[in-house]
Parts: sequence; structure tokens; C-alpha cells
Amino acid sequence: MNPFAPREKATILVAMSGGVDSCVAAALLHRAGHTVIGVTMKLWCYSEGPSPARGCCTLEAIDDCRAVAHRIGFRHYVLDMEDDFREHVIENFVGEYMAGRTPNPCVQCNNWLKFGELLRRAESFGCDYVATGHYARRGVDGDGRATLHRAADPGKDQSYVLWGLSQAALAKAFFPLGAMTKEEVRAAARDLGLAVADKKESQDICFVEGKRYLDFLRLRYPERVAAAPSGEVRDAAGRPLARHEGIHAFTIGQRRGVNVAAGRRLYVSEIDPATAAVVVDDEAALYRRTARIHRVNYLSGAPPDGQIAGAAKIRYLHAAAPAVLRPGGPAALDGTTSAEVTFEEPQRAMTPGQSLVLYEGDRVVAGGLIEHAV
Amino acid sequence: MSRIYLDHNASTPVRPEVLEAILPYFADLYGNASSVHAFGQEAKGAMEEARAKVAALLNAAPGEIVFTSGGTESDNMGILGAARSLASKGRHVVVSAIEHDAVRHASDALEAEGFTVTRVAAAANGQVEPGAVAEALRDDTVLVSVMAANNETGVVQPSAEIGAVCASRGVAYHIDAVQAAGKLPIDVQAWQASFATITAHKFYGPKGAGALYVKRGLKPLQLQFGGEHERGRRAGTENVPAIVGLGVAAELAQKELASVPARIAALRDRLESALLARVPQIVIHGAGAPRVCNTSHVSFVGAEGEHLILTLDMKGIACSSGSACKAGSSHPSHVLLSMGVPAAIAQTAVRLSLGRCTTEAEIDRVIELIPPVVQKLRSASPTFAS
Repeated sequence: MNPFAPREKATILVAMSGGVDSCVAAALLHRAGHTVIGVTMKLWCYSEGPSPARGCCTLEAIDDCRAVAHRIGFRHYVLDMEDDFREHVIENFVGEYMAGRTPNPCVQCNNWLKFGELLRRAESFGCDYVATGHYARRGVDGDGRATLHRAADPGKDQSYVLWGLSQAALAKAFFPLGAMTKEEVRAAARDLGLAVADKKESQDICFVEGKRYLDFLRLRYPERVAAAPSGEVRDAAGRPLARHEGIHAFTIGQRRGVNVAAGRRLYVSEIDPATAAVVVDDEAALYRRTARIHRVNYLSGAPPDGQIAGAAKIRYLHAAAPAVLRPGGPAALDGTTSAEVTFEEPQRAMTPGQSLVLYEGDRVVAGGLIEHAV
Repeated sequence: MSRIYLDHNASTPVRPEVLEAILPYFADLYGNASSVHAFGQEAKGAMEEARAKVAALLNAAPGEIVFTSGGTESDNMGILGAARSLASKGRHVVVSAIEHDAVRHASDALEAEGFTVTRVAAAANGQVEPGAVAEALRDDTVLVSVMAANNETGVVQPSAEIGAVCASRGVAYHIDAVQAAGKLPIDVQAWQASFATITAHKFYGPKGAGALYVKRGLKPLQLQFGGEHERGRRAGTENVPAIVGLGVAAELAQKELASVPARIAALRDRLESALLARVPQIVIHGAGAPRVCNTSHVSFVGAEGEHLILTLDMKGIACSSGSACKAGSSHPSHVLLSMGVPAAIAQTAVRLSLGRCTTEAEIDRVIELIPPVVQKLRSASPTFAS
């Protein structure tokens, strides 16, 4: 029995993308006796441009969800949330890259869409919870506050992208797959007779084909790309090495595309949006011990009294490393809550715009966006 | 939970008399209507009987009725097929801005073929003014298309007056009468129509059968190619069971025109006056114009329409925001925008469309259920100030 399961006979809105995970999540909740309302958010319409041959969010995905809902026997609705998605996810994605940062749109989508606008709508439908197919677990601490934990399957854990949930949102969130492995989920899908059981996994950003975010920017936002100021590629001593067409094409730690002939391997170590300068250096220069983070969220709902020691992840595929978080410090540039995180060992390529998530054991205690590595 | 169906403009249940008439044509009388043998003759005979009934509903001659797969195909034939057949006389077409997508997108396709299309907006009351149509006509205009009754607002259009404008200028006139059938008398003679579209499932017949009235002497170009079905006007084996159903539904609709619409209108009016009395800040679209008996298109200002519809569905009330063909999209209705309704109000529109089986008890239940739901949605709306 899952200790984090909702009370008996809850009404649960399940966000369904059409993938095997969210479909199984919905089906299992229905089988467990809950009233399930499946919802697919219509987020991104490809009809006005070249269409990637992908499944997520397309009309075919909606049909897949409806087929599952029909087979299992719960209702399914489509909510048009294109405006919210454009405003909070796409605009942010484009703006961050143009400012020389590296965004994580999944985090943004969870914060603003799934556990923002969708949760508000769920409440007005009279739903007790919003469930998703994320591999993460929700618990309750000794004071009755909701807690967020890593999934049982370490290879699938997605708690990293959920750091932005407020305490209120977390209390209404539910992740039915948190205790399962991917294989168990696929097996459950086959047992339930779901046609999506063997559907290919999507690992990439749902609105970008492959990993080619630059193509997305050039194709969809040509005027923003054209307006990007060109700048210098410099070495660590400030000597100009080459010109580049805009900082949006660079990410900290990147080697390809630097276009500098040097006798050694050079990596992007700094991006200065003010001067559009891209600094390249030896790989050793990528290693830093301290990150300033902003937009900090403490999942308990309040900042801690002192520092928190734990292990922090600086990107989705990073192995969490021992670190200490100190709340406050110099104010964040955008006026949001800030903190400073110092690792025991220097970490490679702490990248502005990416999320830093601090864990105590398997529990997510805080997260924020990396502003700068020191 | 008993369910209440208030989406009859999207589709209607097949009525028992129709169902009974259809059933033998699946397994017993299954011949191909084009076959010469007895099986074929049975099918053909039944189809011709249906043709006469449909013709009677429209005040047309049986030879002027072409069976199709439904409203979309009829509209496409009445726009694409008609305009192409008239292209030697001119390549300008006039459509109203409040048409169903089957007409709108067919006229978009004409534009891609090199026709010029003028789109005439509706007046604030939801009607397309004959004068506005007359103004849009040019020397090279070959076709006008204005629906008989709007699917969203239910507003009845001045078909006879627009027909007179077209006749005086010698321009062909297509009428999408899908939402008029069974709700008001359709008279292709009085309306001076060249083409008129109906579909069975909007008046208690089955899905998959419709008709296009084609005035004698006109010959819209075929959209699909094959055998000489429908006297060379529409290729493809006829859907005999559905066509039989269309015929019976047309016959019954005509028989009940004098009684049923008035009864439905009384229920609709009861619903509207109760909502007006109980819910502040509501707008009934097209209320200033004549409307078909069953349709109420209401904006509950500040309560997002799509959201309201889902919430009502969870409570067992089925209704829609407008065209069923656009479900899942919350873009404001092109019909309401054409009438000059602000987008923010159009976004909150909900269409309640009653039917011949809607009861007083159902309407009373809807009157009880809607106000608290609207209030809840409004209190959650960041932009609504009561």
C-alpha cells in the first residue's frame, strides 16, 4: 500500500500527455476507486508552421488519451491552455536563451501550467488532487506538511523538475507512479490493455524537435534572433579570439560551435549578456564550488532558520553532490528570494538558468534558478 | 446521475420511428441501389421514397435532391462544386462571416483556386443584412452563401430577402439550412435558392446522410469521381439505410412543424427568463432577432465558457460553447466576433440547444444547477468584478 495515497474515493484530475506514464497513472487511480477526470492540456499548436513528426500535445496524443479514458471508463477533457503555455513557457524559453541563459521549460511548465493554472481549474471543478505521471513521491511530515521525495526508481526520478511547487500546490499534488519502475508501468499498461503500452518515450523538450533548440529559435523567432547583438569570443585574459552571432547559441560548458582555432580544447566558461562577450577557457575553469540562486522555493513553505546541508543537483542528469545552502545573502538581481549554495567539491558547468535542487536524503527541501557560479 | 442533453444543435437522437424504418435495410434489404435485380430495386425504391419526402420538406421537386454523406459534403458541393461550375461567368463569391466551417473553409479553398471571396459581417443582432449582401455583389459574382439559421446563436437569417437580391442580379444562392430543418419551414422556391444543404442527424435522423437541393438546370461539378450515382451528380454507393432514415425524419419533421417548435420555444424562453432573473451580468446573443425555437447562446460574463461547459458536464448537463466541430479550442467564436461581441464576452459563451424530448423537469434542474456553478467560476476569475 502506498503510504502517500489520497484518502478513499477522492476526485482526482489527472494531467494526461498521451504517453504511457500519465495514461497508466490515470488508469491506476480509476482502478483504485477514485473518480478520475483525465485532462489533456492543449499547449502548442503546430498547425501554423512546419510540424515535427512527434507525438506530444498533438491531436493524435489527444486521441490516445481519449481511447484510454474510454477503455478504462473515466472522463477526459481537452483544455486549451495555449495562451498560458506561450506566455509562461515559450516566452520564458526564448527570453532566457536570448539573455545568455539555459532554461528548463519543464520546470516552468510544472510551476505555471500543471501545478498553477491547471490546479486552479481542478479546484473549481471540485477536484481534491491533481495527479501526473511524474516519477516522484509525495509524503507528509510530522507537522502535517506535504513533502516531495525522489521516486523509488532512481533511473527515472523526476523530482528535480518539481522543485517549484508551493506547499499549497504540493498538498494537492499526487504522483501515482512514484513507487514504480518504468518496467512496472509498461507491464501495468499491458495488463490494462492500453494501446500506449509500448509507445516510445519522449525525453526531449516537447515543442523542440530533437535537441535542436537553435533551429526552433531561428524558425519561430527569426526577428529575435536577427536582433541579437553579435559579440566577441574572448579568452580568460580578455583577448578577442573570434566573433559570434549572438549569445543565445551558447551554453556554459559547451565546446562545439566555439569556432576558435587553438592548440587545446576550449569551453564556454562565461557569458556576459551586458557586453555579449563569450569567454572560453580550459575545462578546469568550468569547475566552481558556489552557485548563487534566485527564485528560491522552500518546499516546506518557509525558509529555514539557518543553513541546510544536503546534496544538490545542478541539472537533470547531474548526480547530486554534497552541498550547503545558506538562505539570503546578496539580493537576487530580480528581487526574488535568493540563496547561496556551496558544494564540498567543485562542480562542472553550473549554468545560469538551470535549476539547482537541494535534497536531504530522498526529500526535496529547496530549489532555485542558478543566477551565477562563483 | 441522470444526464440532461442540451446540445441538439450538435446532434440529435435517432427517433424510434426512424430507427425502426432503417433497421431492415442492413441485413434484409441490403441491395445496392444501382443493381438491376430485385434486391437493387428494393433499395432504389426506398431511396426514391426518401427523396420525395426530403423534397417535400424543402418545397422542391424530387429530381432536385442529391443525397450526400451529410452537411459538410453538401456545403462543399454547394460552394466548391457550384462555384467551379460557374467559373466561366466569373470568379467572385460572397459568403457571410457567420457560416459554419464547412462553408467557411470551402470558400477558403476557392480562394486558393484563384476565386475572390468577400465575407459579409453580421449586424449586432446576428442577422446578415440583405443590403450588405447586395453591396458585396460585383459584376463577376457567381455565388452567394448565407445560412438559414445560425448554428451558434440560432438567429434566423432573412433568406427570402437575400434570395431576392441574388435573383435580381442573376447570382446563384446557396443556403446552409442544416440548423433550420425541423425548426422552421424551409421553402427553396420562396427563398429563390439555387442550392440548399440539410443533414439528417440534426433532426432526429441518423448520421451519415444529408442532401443538397440543386435547382433544376444547375449542375455543380462533382467533388469525387466514380460511378453514375445520383444521376452523375455524386459518385459513391448510396448509404441506403441512412437515406431511408433521412426520409422518415424529414417526413416527421414536416408533420410536426406546426406543433413541436412552439413547445420547445416555450421551454427555451422559460430557461432564459429564469437565468436572466437569477444570474446577473448575462448576455443572450441574438435575442434581438428572430431565433430558431431551441437555441440559447448565453454569455455568463466572467465565467470562462469552456470551463463552465466541463463543470456542467461533470454535473450531468451536456452543452457546448458553439460548433461541436471546434471542441477543445477556446478561441472566441467567429460568429460572435462578427456580430461585434467583445472577445472577452465571446469567450464566456455557452450554447444550450433543446430538443423535442427535453422536458420541463430537465429545464428546471438546469435552472437550479447553472447559477451556483457560474458564481463559483466567477469568484475564481481574476478579472471578474461583480
